[in-house]
Amino acid sequence: MTDYKMHLLVCGGTGCKASQSEQIKNNFKNQLQEVGLENDVQVIHTGCFGFCEQGPIVKVQPDNTFYVSVTPDDTREIINEHIVKGRQVDHLLYTDPNTKVQITESKNMDFYKKQVRIALRNCGFINPENIEEYIGNDGYSALGKCLEELTPESAIKMIMDSGLRGRGGGGFPTGLKWDITRKVENEQKYVVCNADEGDPGAFMDRSILEGDPHTVIEAMAICGYCIGANKGLVYIRAEYPLAIQRLKTALTQAREYGLLGENILGSDFSFEIEIRYGAGAFVCGEETALIHSMEGKRGEPTFKPPFPSQEGYLGKPTNVNNVETFANIPPIITKGADWFSSIGTEKSKGTKVFALAGKINNVGLIEVPMGITLREVIYDIGGGIKNGKEFKSVQTGGPSGGCLTNDFLDTPIDYDNLLAAGSMMGSGGMIVMDEDDCMVSIAKFYLEFTLDESCGKCTPCRIGNKRLYEILEKITDGKGTPEDLTKLRMLSHVIKDSSLCGLGQTSPNPILSTLDNFMHEYEAHVNDGKCPAGQCKALLQYVITDEKCTGCTLCFRNCPVGAISGEKRNPHYIDQSLCIKCGACYDKCKFDAIKIA
Amino acid sequence: MPKIKLAENTINQIKEICAQFDNQEGELINVLHQVQNKLGYLPAEVQEVIAKELKMSLAKVYGVVTFYSFFTMLPQGEHPISICMGTACYVRGAEQVLTEFKRQLNIEVGQTSPDGKFSLSSLRCVGACGLAPVVTVGEKVYGRVSPQQVSKIIAEYQQGCPSEAKSA
Repeated sequence: MTDYKMHLLVCGGTGCKASQSEQIKNNFKNQLQEVGLENDVQVIHTGCFGFCEQGPIVKVQPDNTFYVSVTPDDTREIINEHIVKGRQVDHLLYTDPNTKVQITESKNMDFYKKQVRIALRNCGFINPENIEEYIGNDGYSALGKCLEELTPESAIKMIMDSGLRGRGGGGFPTGLKWDITRKVENEQKYVVCNADEGDPGAFMDRSILEGDPHTVIEAMAICGYCIGANKGLVYIRAEYPLAIQRLKTALTQAREYGLLGENILGSDFSFEIEIRYGAGAFVCGEETALIHSMEGKRGEPTFKPPFPSQEGYLGKPTNVNNVETFANIPPIITKGADWFSSIGTEKSKGTKVFALAGKINNVGLIEVPMGITLREVIYDIGGGIKNGKEFKSVQTGGPSGGCLTNDFLDTPIDYDNLLAAGSMMGSGGMIVMDEDDCMVSIAKFYLEFTLDESCGKCTPCRIGNKRLYEILEKITDGKGTPEDLTKLRMLSHVIKDSSLCGLGQTSPNPILSTLDNFMHEYEAHVNDGKCPAGQCKALLQYVITDEKCTGCTLCFRNCPVGAISGEKRNPHYIDQSLCIKCGACYDKCKFDAIKIA
Repeated sequence: MPKIKLAENTINQIKEICAQFDNQEGELINVLHQVQNKLGYLPAEVQEVIAKELKMSLAKVYGVVTFYSFFTMLPQGEHPISICMGTACYVRGAEQVLTEFKRQLNIEVGQTSPDGKFSLSSLRCVGACGLAPVVTVGEKVYGRVSPQQVSKIIAEYQQGCPSEAKSA
């Protein structure tokens, strides 16, 4: 690395790749060659920078200039101006939307100021396909420290003292889990990394695997050393091709460097990691279901106990942790339990990665200390609501979580507070909704997901959720009755109390939390036949107000079904029998002439 | 569904894949991944061969194939269109985009158009939430798609080769 004078870091996360970051990287390489600088400037594809809203992102080092929304046409300008002449390309810099000031370095951006990066420490900084860069950033030193200085007991004690809790959503103390698995006696034990990120709208695990695969490998080896396992398995979604490829590359490199395999670093500890592919089943995020899936069976959960730590993969003691949990392990070992537990709240230590998405200005991947408030996340980091709309709700915990209102904006985020507020931490999806989102439809959306993903093994989940969905459908179709609201609540509690696994036990949460926090919306649907957000199509009609319509024909041209007619410069008319209520005319009209009735 | 007669070398291909995994029952999911990768889908006849090779019941193989959404028993269109229905895409209007694709192609989710050109599916989060709503056609990703852009996207593939420019 030292041979190069400058580095061009191009984001190689999935989002930026979809916006041609591969082409940007190739352009840089070719054009650097043209000007004979290929030996002075290194081009690296890194993992996700997090600031997906502004992607693709290019960072120039050593001066840390942060270019946003770069296109393949901009590469020549960056080379000619920045690299050759040392002048920043102003129009590619990030402009603060409030102060209108251009900001050069990411650390001065509101989006990054409040973040604390532990699990994502290397994402966007190192080349995930080069083990030496990971090692150069303290990589594998935690594993070395464990093998040379720490006994398994003392390493587990460090994890326990750090207060790290499972980041997959449940929040079970990680050190305790390791300790339990360690104490079960068996010749063969397994370490499993759960990378079956099924929560729709959450992409933190994939970003870690894409941006820093070695941290997961190192942590799994540490876990193996601690619990007495010599075999690790990563259960990863087949839908994540880039993460799989980077993980495979990392595994090969780790083997070459003797950091996996027999007698690691000259010790008598041996450890090997295999990849297992998921095939698209949300329920496989549940430990027992995941283990069955790894055994090649249907991913149906089974009753606990026995817990996986007693009888897991192939009937052997198995420790299952999620990707983000593992990513926290190496820094805890190198920097100490006290350092980690100094961050966060009393019962939730450290940081949490969130995938911030929805109706928010700065969509992206963030890592914040526990105890930060939702307001800070949404307004300071997230930059507020898109298009100046009103904030309505924030959903955390995915299909198992709930929708929180304004009232919770100042609640410090941690496992227990979110649970008390009727939601949950979950794996870290955080979806922001504005005044245009109908909360009944949101509840229906999540139910549809659960319905699809219910494995069908136990009756309350399989049939109960179907009934819940039907009631919600009735309400959004404008046919609901007040009794339906009582039924929704009652049935929800029955499903929660009687389902076998976490999926069924939490599936009614989106309904219960919206009933609690947005009852008035349900009542408006049922009693007044109105959808306050104007989203439920059966309950609305688009009409053109003659006085305001200038006959500009914009709506006519944008209607996908030809339901709008009218002469130029004369008021137009919407044929309700043809209208599919897509709202395109409403969005396009510049004269506010289209009303939702 | 009409019975398909598998070609001799297709059967051999399947057998080879099973053998790569030592005909182990526990490797069923890996076998299915590889076979689907090669053949594009997993019709009953293919499952029969796999069941025989791995020495397990056909019902068990079928049970696994139908359990996971990644496996399909129907052939996919030449250009498989997937609309992301993750939450981030949903709140940014993915449903309207999906409705528009269904209307223009005149097929439902999980179906293939009669000419075999397009198949339609919904998927859960590709992880490009910054570009929501997201549509993928084959390997190509379209971001910030509106219902108005649907006809343009379909047209790109109807004339044969898709244009080089990627929409962002």
